[in-house]
Amino acid sequence: MSEKIVVKKLTKIFGKRPKEMLKRLVKNQSKNQIFKETGHTVGVSRASFSVNKGEIFVIMGLSGSGKSTLIRCLNMLNKPTAGDIYVDGENIVKYNRQQLREFRQKKATMVFQGFGLFNHRTVIENVEYGLEVRGMDKKERHKIAKETIDSVGLNGWEDKYITELSGGMQQRVGLARALANNPDILLMDEPFSALDPLIRRDMQLELLDIQDKLKKTIVFITHDVNEAFKLGDRVGVMKDAEIVQIGVPEDILNNPSNAYIEDFVRDIDRSKVLQAKHIMFKPGALATKKHGLKVAIKEMETNGISSVFVVDEKRRLQGIITIDGAIEGIKNNKSMLDILKHDYHTTNEETYVQELIPKAIETKYPIAVVNEDNKLVGIIVRVSVLSGLV
Amino acid sequence: MLPAFIVLKQSTIIIITMNILFEFPEFFKINMGKYVESFIKWLVHNYDFFFDAIKEGILWFLLQTRGLFVWIPWFAVIIIVLILGWKLINWKSGVTFAGLLLIIGAMGLWDEMMLTLSVVLVAVVIACLIGIPLGILIAYNSRLEAMVKPVLDAMQTMPCFVYLIPAIMLFGLGSVPAVFATVIYSTPPAIRLSNLAIKGVSKEMVEAGNAFGSTKWQILTKIELPQAFPTIMMGINQTTMMAMSMVVISSMIGAKGLGLNVLLAINRIDIAMGFEAGISIVFLAITIDRITQAIANKYKYPK
Repeated sequence: MSEKIVVKKLTKIFGKRPKEMLKRLVKNQSKNQIFKETGHTVGVSRASFSVNKGEIFVIMGLSGSGKSTLIRCLNMLNKPTAGDIYVDGENIVKYNRQQLREFRQKKATMVFQGFGLFNHRTVIENVEYGLEVRGMDKKERHKIAKETIDSVGLNGWEDKYITELSGGMQQRVGLARALANNPDILLMDEPFSALDPLIRRDMQLELLDIQDKLKKTIVFITHDVNEAFKLGDRVGVMKDAEIVQIGVPEDILNNPSNAYIEDFVRDIDRSKVLQAKHIMFKPGALATKKHGLKVAIKEMETNGISSVFVVDEKRRLQGIITIDGAIEGIKNNKSMLDILKHDYHTTNEETYVQELIPKAIETKYPIAVVNEDNKLVGIIVRVSVLSGLV
Repeated sequence: MLPAFIVLKQSTIIIITMNILFEFPEFFKINMGKYVESFIKWLVHNYDFFFDAIKEGILWFLLQTRGLFVWIPWFAVIIIVLILGWKLINWKSGVTFAGLLLIIGAMGLWDEMMLTLSVVLVAVVIACLIGIPLGILIAYNSRLEAMVKPVLDAMQTMPCFVYLIPAIMLFGLGSVPAVFATVIYSTPPAIRLSNLAIKGVSKEMVEAGNAFGSTKWQILTKIELPQAFPTIMMGINQTTMMAMSMVVISSMIGAKGLGLNVLLAINRIDIAMGFEAGISIVFLAITIDRITQAIANKYKYPK
């Protein structure tokens, strides 16, 4: 995967003499100490990370942790005090005004927490704003804006004024305005935080949908752990102006690098983050058709289990046999095929634990995890589904 | 030094000290007025061509406006006001405004009203041409704002009669100095409210404008000015009201119209004439105020 954005030791300090404060940072003075002694606010301190092409990189942190300051550096709305930002190999910190305008017009657009929409313009006039300042002629930009509005599901609302729309719809306009420019990079500063929970969930799914189709590089800011883990391919956690951990959601959840992150992820709903592949076991005991019932009973005995999945020679799932069924079968001289049961649940590796809960409650057998060729890749026992919730 | 003190009688020393304490010392004196006077005289002396040019400009503008106002038939004016009031507010307001103007006409003051209107209009247009760009400029430049603000305070608190003196010196008697004095008196609200209007534009909108790569000019014309328009319009309304309140004062230096009638009525202690001219000014002011305010409200975007 190629790196789209590379950020190196990015620092942003607010105040009268920001450059002088860099020395204090090098001496490892804390954000609080610097503020107390000099009145300077350290927004971002030596942040280094990279964002891959086509991924959603989420920066998560509490309010005041510097995440909004950081994302504003990525399109130079905040001019960094020190450090470099490479986008497609070019250092945008060194850009002049004209280059910067072009960068903002074509490469990276932004979606704002408070939407930042123009209430003196209609929906379509808002969406075409970016194209308008670029100097595109009216007909063409109208056409593009219209298509973008359709793609975010606002068909028919083009000529309404912003204030006639609900919050969720307004942010769709915000998203459409950012997408209309067809940028490579989308910068999203807490775009869904101002929306109520149900609308927020819709918008998150919508964003994932759009991302599936368009494959933009997205930097997404949020203070909501659930949102971060749901959307993020990778997540960076910020605390007191510093990035304290970067990783895939499961990593951060399972191996928090310090107490702060542990605290942060404590109230997360794990069932929404963990997938089948994270809680399944490699199938230890298996029966095959050619080995027959006796071997199957032996398998169950040695592993201390009451049922076993049956696979063919290519490990494709055939069914399940229980210990009772197997003993009954030997007595009555039945073949394995006769006593094979099929009333178990299957799932794939990517399914979230949340969706497995009803299955786990209802079934008496383990849940089989299969891939697209119906090959058995793992087994989930009920207790791991239900214990994952605590 | 010491022997000198000894020679002085004790009582003299006391008297001198008393004088310094209770009366402002005479040796500490600045002739501010004289300086300003000589500055104005110097202006008149050295730059009379400049002021003549301004005078000619204002006069031309004034004559054109006056010509237009005299040319428009009275019923046309009333119909325009009726329609404006009706469209901008409601039909009751339209009828009321038309009625007010009709009463002015019925009191035999139609021509005076139109003359007053032409002076006010010219003054307001000039005040806005200066005030609105200046207000926008100081919204961008805080150092300039710090310099302009106290001048504005002075312009507004200075008794308006004072402006008449330099106005006469620079432009002589007549309508032009009247316009000049009115402009000075009525520009501050245009500056202040334009300044306020631009500063009041939502930060996030401007940020969004920047984030999409707008130039400063694009941000001003596509975001800030449309957003600021209702407040700027309120500034124009305030400026117009200030100009109306200068009508009587400016007639002291030769502006014709309703103000002159008030002035004559004062001289003659003519209650009837004073009342008619006075109430006409009130009616005219109400009509202008409501119509300009309605325009401002019409463009207010819901937040």
